[in-house]
Amino acid sequence: MAPSSTFSRLFSHSPIRPLQQHMSKVNSCSLKLNEFIEASFTKDWQKVESLYNEIREIENQADDDKKNIRLNLPKSLFMPISRNDLLELLSKQDNVANTAKDIAGIILGRKMQTPEQLQEPLRTYISASIKTVEEANTVVHELDELIETGFGGREVEWIEKLIVRLEELETESDRLQVLIRSSLHDIEKELSPIDVMFFYKIFELIGNLADAAQKVGDQIHVIVAR
Amino acid sequence: MEIIAEYGPLLLIVTACFAFFMAWGVGANDVANAMGTSVGSKAITIKQAIIIAMIFEFAGASLAGGEVTSTIRKGIIDSNVLTDSPELLIFGMMSSLLAAAIWLLIATAFGWPVSTTHSIVGAIVGFAAVGISVDAVAWSKVGTIVASWVTSPLISGTIAFILFKSVQRLILNENDPFEKAKTFVPFYMFLTGLLITMVTCLKGLKHVGLDLSMTQSAIYGVIGGLIVAIIGKILLSRIEPKPIEQLGNRFDNVEKVFAVLMVFTACAMAFAHGSNDVANAIGPLAAVVGVIEHNGEVLSKSSTPVWILLLGGAGIVVGLATLGYRVIATIGKKITELTPSRGFAAELAAAATVVIASGMGIPVSTTHTLVGAVLGVGMARGIGAIDLKVVGTIFTSWIITLPAGAGLSILFFYILQGIFVV
Repeated sequence: MAPSSTFSRLFSHSPIRPLQQHMSKVNSCSLKLNEFIEASFTKDWQKVESLYNEIREIENQADDDKKNIRLNLPKSLFMPISRNDLLELLSKQDNVANTAKDIAGIILGRKMQTPEQLQEPLRTYISASIKTVEEANTVVHELDELIETGFGGREVEWIEKLIVRLEELETESDRLQVLIRSSLHDIEKELSPIDVMFFYKIFELIGNLADAAQKVGDQIHVIVAR
Repeated sequence: MEIIAEYGPLLLIVTACFAFFMAWGVGANDVANAMGTSVGSKAITIKQAIIIAMIFEFAGASLAGGEVTSTIRKGIIDSNVLTDSPELLIFGMMSSLLAAAIWLLIATAFGWPVSTTHSIVGAIVGFAAVGISVDAVAWSKVGTIVASWVTSPLISGTIAFILFKSVQRLILNENDPFEKAKTFVPFYMFLTGLLITMVTCLKGLKHVGLDLSMTQSAIYGVIGGLIVAIIGKILLSRIEPKPIEQLGNRFDNVEKVFAVLMVFTACAMAFAHGSNDVANAIGPLAAVVGVIEHNGEVLSKSSTPVWILLLGGAGIVVGLATLGYRVIATIGKKITELTPSRGFAAELAAAATVVIASGMGIPVSTTHTLVGAVLGVGMARGIGAIDLKVVGTIFTSWIITLPAGAGLSILFFYILQGIFVV
């Protein structure tokens, strides 16, 4: 006798857990950038390349997760979060991983050597952006608590607090971007123009990383606000 | 009349076998839906679920199953039409049982979401309308029953919605949900105890010889509720909260409190299921027994003998023991999305709806009522994902089940008549 029952078929797998797993992968992608940038400072290109491969590998896994979640979200599902909002969140999460991979890709591809004076500011700047991603990860991991309370007031307040902190981190990363740009501007005459172009490009991408993370938080804010 | 005199005992034994087979099917399959919720939320183990189901299904069947049984037995068919040919009632009830049992077997094999209640009602209406005459069916009663199939999920959904909203308001959204849960959960336990005790007192103790008035039942109900709440309170005081840092989810401690509550609602659910669904198997048997014992008179007054209720209860328990536990395990694994705080709301709402229907003698589908309750919790934004396609298939299965049960029972009716009359 087939043990499938009407009642058990009523329950579909909640997309929240997979979504959080996806975000965890995105986060570990961006965390690897710390080590990656250090390796590029020491000009250990072999290590840089292997780290890049790791980042690319995790990003691929996240892509697979993304496709799976999309495929397993039929229109007939009745969820506390609207389907569109969830898919939007997913693609915003995915953007973070893509940006992280792009940063690593350009640095490896051009074997970019960061001048002595820029290393310390770059270290601070990139880790500020990475922290923003970590914070976004925390917010995403609050989603199951949110459903647990049935979108209750206290949990919403808590998430809003996390989102405010996320915004502060993003502002901090913006501020650091301004600083590092002016440091680069001070020494850009001594460097090859093409290198300078790409430094500006990298700085922009690192800013985009924090931006993308903040957009994840914004999307959750939209979900919560209903 | 000669047919009854000649074949009476044989017909009785065959019908009893059919009824037992049907009850077995209910125990093997249907109970799993009622218990799967508790197992899935890890409130109880499968072993505990089996024990609870055995005790409370049996209690529900024998204590509160009488009203629905008498509806199935004599409410759907107008017995006045049958005074001249009582053997038709016997053949009809036999073929209904056989038709419903076989239809359920086919449906289960294909995984269609059919309900035992719908099959048996369809089968009885079928043989009566076609085999006897259209006037033989008490259409107004059938109308009430069919209407209840729509209203019961709606009612249980509404109750579940309110219950879960109250949990959000009183417990989950507070500063210290764990302490709040310990304070308020005994109140839900009280409700569960009150419900079961009151229905038992009002409807169940008649055939034990106790006939209690509404007020008396209410008093006993409150006492029963208090006893349950006190037992629950003692169990709750033993829960040790884990430090927050060790938790995957900040509400894990709260869920532990609700898990205790779910043990009680699981009992209520099993009781409710027993009180309503056992009638599908033994109602027809009771009708046959009534005719044979009174030498062919079709009485509309006599009450259901206790041994028949016990037979139904036993059939359910055997079904559970032989196959039901496996089905419970499989279903339990799939219902992990339902945490105790939601599972209890769904179970209590469904149990309340079904038990009240049982008290009024209306056969409803336990599974569909539970589905309604789960949707109610979902409306309160409590569940990650519910597949609404299933709700659609339930409606389709209605449209198929009624004529299928009716068709099969008409077929068996003519076959049986052919065997015994010619």
